[in-house]
Formats: sequence, C-alpha cells, structure tokens
Amino acid sequence: MKPQQVQKLAFGIITTSAALVVIPIVLVILFIIVKGIGALSWTFLTAVPQNGMTEGGIMPAILGTMILTLGTAIVCIPLGIGAAIYLAEYARDNRLSRWVRLAIINLAGIPSIVYGLFGLGAFVLFLNLGTSIIAGSLTLGIMTLPVVISTAEEAILAVPQEFRMVSQSLGATRWQTIRRQVLPHAMPGIITGIILGLSRAAGETAPILFTVAAFYLPNLPRSASDQTMALPYHLYVISTQVPGMPLSIQYGTALVLLLLVLSLTLVATLIRTRMRRRRDW
Amino acid sequence: MNLAQIAKRQYVERRPNAQTIRGWLRRNWLEWLIEVLIRAAGFSTILIVGLIFVFLLREGLPTFLDIPLRQLFSSRWYPIESLYGLWSLIVGSILVTAGAVIIAVPLGLTTAIYLGEIAPQWQREILKPLIEMLAGIPSIVLGFLGWMVLAPLIQTMGASTGLTAFSGSLILAYMALPTIISISEDALYAVPKTYRDGALAMGATQWQTIWRVVLPAARSGLMMSMMLGIGRAIGETMAVMMVTGNAANVPDFGPTMFFSPVRTMTATIAAEMGEVSQGSMHYNVLFGIGIVLFLITFGINSLAGRFVGRVVRRRGGQL
Repeated sequence: MKPQQVQKLAFGIITTSAALVVIPIVLVILFIIVKGIGALSWTFLTAVPQNGMTEGGIMPAILGTMILTLGTAIVCIPLGIGAAIYLAEYARDNRLSRWVRLAIINLAGIPSIVYGLFGLGAFVLFLNLGTSIIAGSLTLGIMTLPVVISTAEEAILAVPQEFRMVSQSLGATRWQTIRRQVLPHAMPGIITGIILGLSRAAGETAPILFTVAAFYLPNLPRSASDQTMALPYHLYVISTQVPGMPLSIQYGTALVLLLLVLSLTLVATLIRTRMRRRRDW
Repeated sequence: MNLAQIAKRQYVERRPNAQTIRGWLRRNWLEWLIEVLIRAAGFSTILIVGLIFVFLLREGLPTFLDIPLRQLFSSRWYPIESLYGLWSLIVGSILVTAGAVIIAVPLGLTTAIYLGEIAPQWQREILKPLIEMLAGIPSIVLGFLGWMVLAPLIQTMGASTGLTAFSGSLILAYMALPTIISISEDALYAVPKTYRDGALAMGATQWQTIWRVVLPAARSGLMMSMMLGIGRAIGETMAVMMVTGNAANVPDFGPTMFFSPVRTMTATIAAEMGEVSQGSMHYNVLFGIGIVLFLITFGINSLAGRFVGRVVRRRGGQL
C-alpha cells in the first residue's frame, strides 16, 4: 500500500473510533431526557414519596442532596483554598511540599467507596457522629478537596508575578498582597474549581452509603445530626431495591440528578470561558 | 562629624526599640496567625491521607491477623459460614478492569489522536466539552442505564444473563475514557512542534509523522493515561455493582469468562456493609478489602505522581 492509502485507512479507523466515543455520550444524555421528561412535574419535584415510593415525588431526596452539597462546600472550601494558597504562595520546593503534592494526588485517586469506609470508621463511629448529615458532609468534603486545591492553585499561579511585586513594593505585607491582589484576580478560577468539585460530590453514591443516606425518610431532616435521603442513593434504591417501581419515576429521578449535576458543570464551564475572555493581563 | 560617626548615628537611630517592636508585633500577629493557618491547611492533606489509612487499619487489620492467608486466597466467599476467600473478588475486579482497559485504551488513544492531531478547530470545540460532560455524569446514572438498557440488550444477544463482567467493563470503559483521552491529549500536545515539522519536511505523510514520531515521543504520557484509567476503573463502585451480577465465583479461564457474572471488591463492600454488625469478623474483612483497594490505588497514583501533578492542574483538578 502507498503511504497515502495507509494514511487514509488509519484516519478512517481513528475517526470511526472517535465517533464510537462521542455518539454514545449524546445518546445516553438524550435517552435519559426523553424517557424522564414525562415524569417531571411540579408534584414530582415538590411532593414526598408515597405508597412505598411508587407515587408522589422526590422532594426529600432533592433537598437532601442540596443540603449535603452545601455541607460539602463548608468543609472543602476553607481547607481547599488554604492548601492552595500554601502550595502557590508559601511552599518552597522542598521535601515537605512534595509530600503535600503527593498526598493530594493520592486523595484524588482513592476510590469513593474507600472514602465511605473512612467516613464510617472515623466520623460515624470514632467521633460518634452517627449516620448524619455532618458525617456525610465531612466525608464528601474531604473527597472533594483535591479538586478544589488543584484548580485553586492553578488559578492563583495564573495571577502575574508583577502584581505581587508591585503590591509588596508599596509596603503591603504578604497576606495583604494575597488578600487584596492575588485572591480577587484568582477568584473566578477558584469558584470554577469549587463548583466542579461540588458537582462531583452531588452525584456520588458510595461515600454516603454508610455515612448519611436514608432508604426512605418522608420527614425532612431537622438538624445536622439527622439522616437524609439523597438523589443518587434514591436512584439506586428505586432501581434495584424496590420491586415494581414505575419506570417513569426511575427515569424522572435519573433525569433530575443528571440535570442537577450537569447544570453545575455547565455553570463552572461558563465562568471559566468568560473569565478567559475578560482577563486583561 | 566624620562619615563613620554619621553612619554609626544613623544605625543607632534606625535600630528598632522596644516600642517599635511592640507596634510591629501588634500589626503582624494577625499576619503570623494567618500564615500558620494556611500552612496547617496545606499539611492537613498529608494528615488526611494518613488518617484514612489509619482508620482503615483500625477496623480492617484483624482480617490479615486472624484469618489464615490460605483462606484469604481461597475463592470461597461465604461470610455466613465464616469463609472469607478474597480470591474470587480480586479476580472479579481484575476481570472487569481488564475488560474496561481492553475497550477504553484503543478508543481513548485514537480519540486523543483525533482531537489533538486530526480534528479541525470547530470539532474540537464541540467534542471536548462533550467528553467533559461524560466525566460529569454520575456513576449511578450510568449504572442505572446499564441495568435498565444494556443488560437486557446483552441478554438478547445470546448470553444467559445480561449482568456480566462484560457489561461492567463496557460502562467502566466509558467512565475511564475522559481520563484517558485528556491525559493522552496533554501528552501529545507536549510533543514539540519541531518534531512534526522535521518529519513532514522529510516527506513523511501526516500519519507516518503521528505513528513514527509523535506517538513514540509521547509514550510515557500515554502510559500514564492508561495507568490512571486503570486506577479509575478499579475503584468504581456503584455502576459495577448494578451490572456485573454480583456472583462471587471464579469463572473458567477463557474468552467466555467475560460473559459470566462476577463480583468486584468495591461492590462487595457497598453491598454488604449495610448488613453486617459492627465489630464482627465480616465487618473487619470488608475494611480489609478497603485496605487492599487503598494500597492498589496508592501504588498506581504514587507511581504516576510526578506526571499527574501537572496534569491534574491543567485539567482543572479532575483526574
């Protein structure tokens, strides 16, 4: 075969396989939307499950996921931004800072079910928090840390060095420089990272299995030490644990979860694109 | 006064006295406190990894102390009869992960080549967000689709059941694809343009350039993408639990083994932890499986570590 023919063949194969990757993604999203859109109604979003969860809505699960996402944010934002400032502004390239980086990489790679085990062992049992919103938020928050840290660090490093020099030459201290010059410029990037991390946390099931998720709980949680329902776990329950569930409720729940998570991802992407366009240095 | 005296006097005057030091301290204790807090936040990541391991050990260590190794490596997992053979679970995890790698690596590498070397700009701008979107779909949603659609589909194609290792592999492959694609693409992007120009100037076709110059130059990064894809696949829980059939047995070796039901380590923890009583041997063994998973992923990620740090940051924090 001539080299040109080989190229044609190779490019044909490569294009086909790229299509094999992309087309199923579109199909999956469209399929869930088409199958689930019929179930969406005001009642479905705002009513509690009734009659063994086969009727009514999924409001406690939606609300539970929102509460958990908020709790996750409270845990991971201060710690994550702090660690990112440390890596970007304070850490010198020594053994200690390399260990911190290695720790973050490993945190990013630990399976979510292992986070669930850790949450059970450390928060639910050792700290005696019980299966509660606070235990679940801590578990999800720690799982989300590496995402927040790495994006926030990247955003801080992207602020030009001159900004820091000018600020310090005018007599500002290190922290004044960080707070008044670096962080404001890095903020859109940091927010993008936080939202991406939260969207991942909102869709996770394994870490909340043993730390917070309730099978069926029509009453809303009253305090942070209560259990709560959550959308991902609810989807698992109604698709595998409860026989005779109407299909519309299952697909409807999947659609609500998908929309919630993908809209968070979309918001993060939009902030990132706008930020890149508006950057004036 | 001569010059030396003037210099000395100025030095004395500029030396801070007790009062200025107090003022300096008042202004700076906040600065100092904040720096301590920021450093503490940084070091807390090391502490957290340590704590995760410590708590896994605390609950799971009896597995390796009280159960004879021979039993742990047997393939009989019957917790009711106190038989804790992990072999069938390990084989289950390996089988599903291997299947995922066989599917995902060729698809991922070729898609990365397509995006990085062949696709026009407008396609790139559509395809990249789409692949990011795939990374954003919760695993439970993919597992749900696998359970509702994929498994019945596989069954109609002639398998005795649709809940097989292959179903798990297929879903895992698509979950690992975003990782593999973006890290491979980064590796291709890192190959200097001069390499390509050189090859093309020698009269090589675009494909010859990719195949003989770009791919070999990006080799180490491509290897990393596969390893991280494996790391991602082996730790996945919910989707796998829903579609692999959860039968703790070791299928006969051969191509048909991909089409028999298996049970993975992750699925075992997720499925059984809710039912065990705390402190029982069964409970300890489930944490023991957690230790095994932690060590596997820790090994993979530490190995890939130097490369990954860059990649994680460039990818906006997601592996």
